[in-house]
Amino acid sequence: MGVAVSIQNVVKSFGSVRALDGVSLEIAEGEFFGLLGPNGAGKTTLISALAGLVRPDSGRLSVMGRDVIGDYREARRRLGVVPQELVFDPFFSVRETLRIQSGYFGLRKNDDWIDEILKNLDLTAKADTNMRRLSGGMKRRVLVAQALVHKPPVIVLDEPTAGVDVELRQGLWQFVQRLNREGHTVILTTHYLEEAETLCGRIAMLKQGRVVALDTTSNLLARFSGHTLNLRLSDEGKLPEAIRTRATKNDGNWVFRLAGFDEIEPLLAEVRLAGCVIDDLRLTQTDLEDVFVGVMQGAKS
Amino acid sequence: MMSGFRTLLYKEVLRFWKVSFQTVAAPVLTALLYLLIFSHVLDEHVLVNGVAYAAFLIPGLVMMSVLQNAFANSSSSLIQAKVTGSVVFVLLPPISYVEFYLAYMVGAVLRGLMVGFGVLVVTAWFAPLTFVSPGWILAFAVLGGGLMGSLGVVAGIWADKFDQLAGFQNFLIMPLTMLSGVFYSIHSLPLFWQRMSHFNPFFYMIDGFRYGFFGVSDVAPGISLMVVAVSFIAVALATLSMLRSGYKLRY
Repeated sequence: MGVAVSIQNVVKSFGSVRALDGVSLEIAEGEFFGLLGPNGAGKTTLISALAGLVRPDSGRLSVMGRDVIGDYREARRRLGVVPQELVFDPFFSVRETLRIQSGYFGLRKNDDWIDEILKNLDLTAKADTNMRRLSGGMKRRVLVAQALVHKPPVIVLDEPTAGVDVELRQGLWQFVQRLNREGHTVILTTHYLEEAETLCGRIAMLKQGRVVALDTTSNLLARFSGHTLNLRLSDEGKLPEAIRTRATKNDGNWVFRLAGFDEIEPLLAEVRLAGCVIDDLRLTQTDLEDVFVGVMQGAKS
Repeated sequence: MMSGFRTLLYKEVLRFWKVSFQTVAAPVLTALLYLLIFSHVLDEHVLVNGVAYAAFLIPGLVMMSVLQNAFANSSSSLIQAKVTGSVVFVLLPPISYVEFYLAYMVGAVLRGLMVGFGVLVVTAWFAPLTFVSPGWILAFAVLGGGLMGSLGVVAGIWADKFDQLAGFQNFLIMPLTMLSGVFYSIHSLPLFWQRMSHFNPFFYMIDGFRYGFFGVSDVAPGISLMVVAVSFIAVALATLSMLRSGYKLRY
């Protein structure tokens, strides 16, 4: 498999803020890649640099081997970006929007493919509706359609499901997963960690413009493997300091990260000896959210 | 190579055509009102360069409409696209900055010509017009429209908010067009203001354009055309270099 996206030492500052602080990534053809990080981590700046909307201060980016600045025409032909903001051109209907977008890429008779995209995104009935009259979810679908008119081998979705209803989210993922199976490389940024967990084969985590974790999703989950024990206590004032420091407090729960099940019994014994009453007890598997929190806290120190 | 230009131009024309009531019909009506009022007040008393005032006024109004609408088209299209964020649809595809410039500029010229033609059609009934040399008429309309369309690109990209654009329009474009000799011959001005008028490029556009109708003008049309052409090329080059730098479009 070749390299779909190559990002080398990309630095970008806005005034005194370093949005990207030496980011390097390589994404292989056919990957479903997740880009995660808190707000302001640099995800959108990185995607904008890939799309040519942001010019990096230093470093290089390429799409399917084409430099995004030196060979921008060929690079942009190979990249489809679904922007984060819900933007639309209020003058046109859905079909006009897609025809115009096709024309920008030099595709004049693109109606067969446009019809197929419309069908897959459940937009066929809205094809001749003006963009202004569409609901937010529908507008989001058109944004996805616009990114796909030129059948780009690399598709970037910048938080595409923010504020989108469940039904659309499912439909959208089915369509994107199909495109991925057919060989398209997909890059996804999202706040919904469970989405990244189910969809992405590999994940990069960004923080303050740096890659703080980069691994396959399964490795990342394994790295923070094991289980967590969630306790809700009625008399938590009595909890000894030694136990407190082992836990993190989350939403009224005391969360203990466990290396193995054998830790449970002694822990519960200590809690009981301290005189605390357990109101609720839950044992959960590590999910990406725990990894995320773990990596972000680790990167702080 | 130029399919981006073609489509972007098509989009620009379709955009103003879809709202042609505001973008074409409204400015035609405005120009008609100017003509009705000024010619009613002044027609009986004034002859300019041997031409009846209403007849003198019509080419000025036509050209003013061409210029103002060419500016309005590119500037409003760009600022709307920027404010709504839809400019990203033009920035993501493989469209070069030259194609980008040409599409917005030519789109602006076409809107200007369309409005100008509309103004001519509705006002021509009110005074006997002659068309001494249509070549000059077209040359000034196209070059003037191109100059204003380019300025519109600059203003639309520079302005972050609609009121900044309105400022550009009200404090720069409007005074320069109003003081360009649309409503009067500069020979009727005091000497100082006559001289000042020669520093206004809009004056040459209106004067040369009017020459095409009547064969008389304040300045020889060849000189006017040269001034307009040089101004157009200067503004075009400045606009291109601004677009090449990505100013306020690609950060």
